[in-house]
Amino acid sequence: MRSEELCIAALATAIIAFTSGTALAQKKYDTGATDTEIKIGNIMPYSGPASAYGVIGKTEQAYFNKINAEGGINGRKINFVSYDDGYSPPKAVEQARKLVESDEVLLVFNPLGTPSNSAIQKYLNAKKVPQLFVATGATKWNDPKNFPWTMGWQPSYQSEAHIYAKYLMKEKPDGKIAILFQNDDFGKDYLKGLKDALGAKASMIAAEESYEATEPSVDNHIVRLKASGADVFISITTPKFAAQAIKKLAEIDWKPLHIVSNVSISVGGVIKPAGFENAQGMLSAAYAKDGADPQWDNDPGMKKLYAFLEKYYPDANRLDASVVYGYGAAQTMVKVLEMCGDNLTRDNVMKQAASLKDFVPDTLLPGIKINTSATDFAPIKQLQMMRFKGEKWDLFGDIISGELSE
Amino acid sequence: MAAVEDIVTEAPAVEAVPKRAMTLGTGTSLVMLGLLLVVPLFVKNFIIFQMTMLLIYGVAVLALNILTGGSGQFSLGQSAFYAVGAYTSAILMEQFNVNYALTLPIAGVICFGFGFLFGQPALRLSGVYLALATFALATAMPQLLKLGYFEKWTGGVQGLVVTKPDAPFGLPISQDMWIYYFTLVITIAIYIFSVNLLRSRSGRAFMAIRDNEIAAAAMGVDVALYKTLAFGVSAGITGIAGGLGAITVQFVAPDSYTITLAISLFLGMVVGGVGWLPGSIVGSAFIIFVPNIAEGISKGLSGAVFGVLLFLVIFLVPHGARQVAIVGQQLIGRFRKN
Repeated sequence: MRSEELCIAALATAIIAFTSGTALAQKKYDTGATDTEIKIGNIMPYSGPASAYGVIGKTEQAYFNKINAEGGINGRKINFVSYDDGYSPPKAVEQARKLVESDEVLLVFNPLGTPSNSAIQKYLNAKKVPQLFVATGATKWNDPKNFPWTMGWQPSYQSEAHIYAKYLMKEKPDGKIAILFQNDDFGKDYLKGLKDALGAKASMIAAEESYEATEPSVDNHIVRLKASGADVFISITTPKFAAQAIKKLAEIDWKPLHIVSNVSISVGGVIKPAGFENAQGMLSAAYAKDGADPQWDNDPGMKKLYAFLEKYYPDANRLDASVVYGYGAAQTMVKVLEMCGDNLTRDNVMKQAASLKDFVPDTLLPGIKINTSATDFAPIKQLQMMRFKGEKWDLFGDIISGELSE
Repeated sequence: MAAVEDIVTEAPAVEAVPKRAMTLGTGTSLVMLGLLLVVPLFVKNFIIFQMTMLLIYGVAVLALNILTGGSGQFSLGQSAFYAVGAYTSAILMEQFNVNYALTLPIAGVICFGFGFLFGQPALRLSGVYLALATFALATAMPQLLKLGYFEKWTGGVQGLVVTKPDAPFGLPISQDMWIYYFTLVITIAIYIFSVNLLRSRSGRAFMAIRDNEIAAAAMGVDVALYKTLAFGVSAGITGIAGGLGAITVQFVAPDSYTITLAISLFLGMVVGGVGWLPGSIVGSAFIIFVPNIAEGISKGLSGAVFGVLLFLVIFLVPHGARQVAIVGQQLIGRFRKN
């Protein structure tokens, strides 16, 4: 009696295993993906010193809600699990482990901050969990050889620096460059990019000064840089110091060609406080459309963004660059998942993420495209130069790639 | 409510009998130890990791408890000692290839020295002024770690990635489990050391200073020595916790050790019960898990929810976990009498 029962049970199990095996032959899943759901993890600083960036996570959540409301990706709903790390690396490690081991997500998408991502990179790569489209501008994320499970998204600080160097070599080959940079990973990454791109012409750099983010003012550095006799001034500064520099330049009547880094291009946060009249003719570069700029009011991509915000994230501040950022990143994620089809393994996710061809999220500047390959883990590499005129930035020139080989 | 008031007024009387008040009964201790030993065998690696962090923060809270509960000095600068310990371990492991277990005593000694030295100027301060001075230390630390002079070793803002040690002698357990038991052994050692310290002559001197500095001096206690000693011991233990934290998290960066950490530890001590050593682990659980619970309730308002929960705890059980334990003990006592 007993053995008979066992026999039947075994047979039944075998049949189930066999039939379900054939049914699933076309579909492949890793932890976190099923016929009905794709589980995506995320870590954001919803609290703490960088909590302003939490908007990125909220925008992404709203965007995935929209995708789910429209039927999901190939019939699968996105389950977006987003945790707070308060911009603290140890907390990021805890949350990453929770996502991977407890929530069992398929991948970790767009975790924010250079320190937090550095803290979880080794763990995620050891676990072979994709750490996709990290939200930081450091250059080190494009390292497919050593970290095949980590990929960046936005242009790195170095590629932006390459663009300025290329512009200077072309437009001002006899220029003498003075550089002011913040003494941290951001400033140093940037400076390295400038020097790499200038190459043999690095002698164009007449003077460089570094400042600590804790200094009250950069005025004395600027006076010293002026004394070097330079006629180009590159300001690798965060918003507060960028504004100080613009003001000080006008005060001491120094009128070099002024280039300011992309992190400090906010019209409301930097240029207005420093005085529009002091910023005329200043140069920078951008890759995304600016919600505060009226020239995009009738742009179809931005209209789509605004329609989405109205329906799914009505309390968002549409002037906030983080909204534009989160929307673009989420669109890229959805694109990759669509490309994966029914093969939702971690391996395939990385493979598809590394084979994006000319993908254009709605919020990137016209002409800027996302391209990746097995050896290129830097999705956005192009930027466009812009000049400050009147009370806004005017884009000019071609879309330029930050890659040095071109 | 009446019961709570009774206990609140009763509490100082308990403080006067430190021998019993400092620890749990033998039975309870053994049950706790058994749980800590057995639970990891049945849970996921992630939970083991969280339990390891629980022990580590528990040790750090315990260190603060010795300082505040024992000698009556406030500190909002524990994050600085924690950071020094973490960096000492990380730098020794990564730059000088020292075995991870050996880095811990070194971290402890360095932090002891650091705390002892800091205790010297702090002698002139007391109460809120001392709290402010230590606050300054906590604010300064992340920036000091970013300084260019040390970058060769500290990795600057980028921090240092630490290699996780494997279980030795080819033991068939995961790295997480090995680190957990490794941490557990150190935690128990530190706990026993702390309990004995507070029961010893030095501990009595700490408590005499806490209760009445002038009286203590009149009794012949070297106030200056014991106050700085308390700072040193507390810093040393915090340093060991920091070193363990670096090994477990596998990463150190200046932004990991901000004033937020110091305030968390302070909070853990108050929630666990000031001066009650077993409460440290409860306080540690509070600072690790309650933010997660708060986040689960509302993402946008996680800070506010955490605040409300904290307020409830302070309002309902102002003496923290110790008060809960006393109530429990009394209930059991009454039950036995009946």
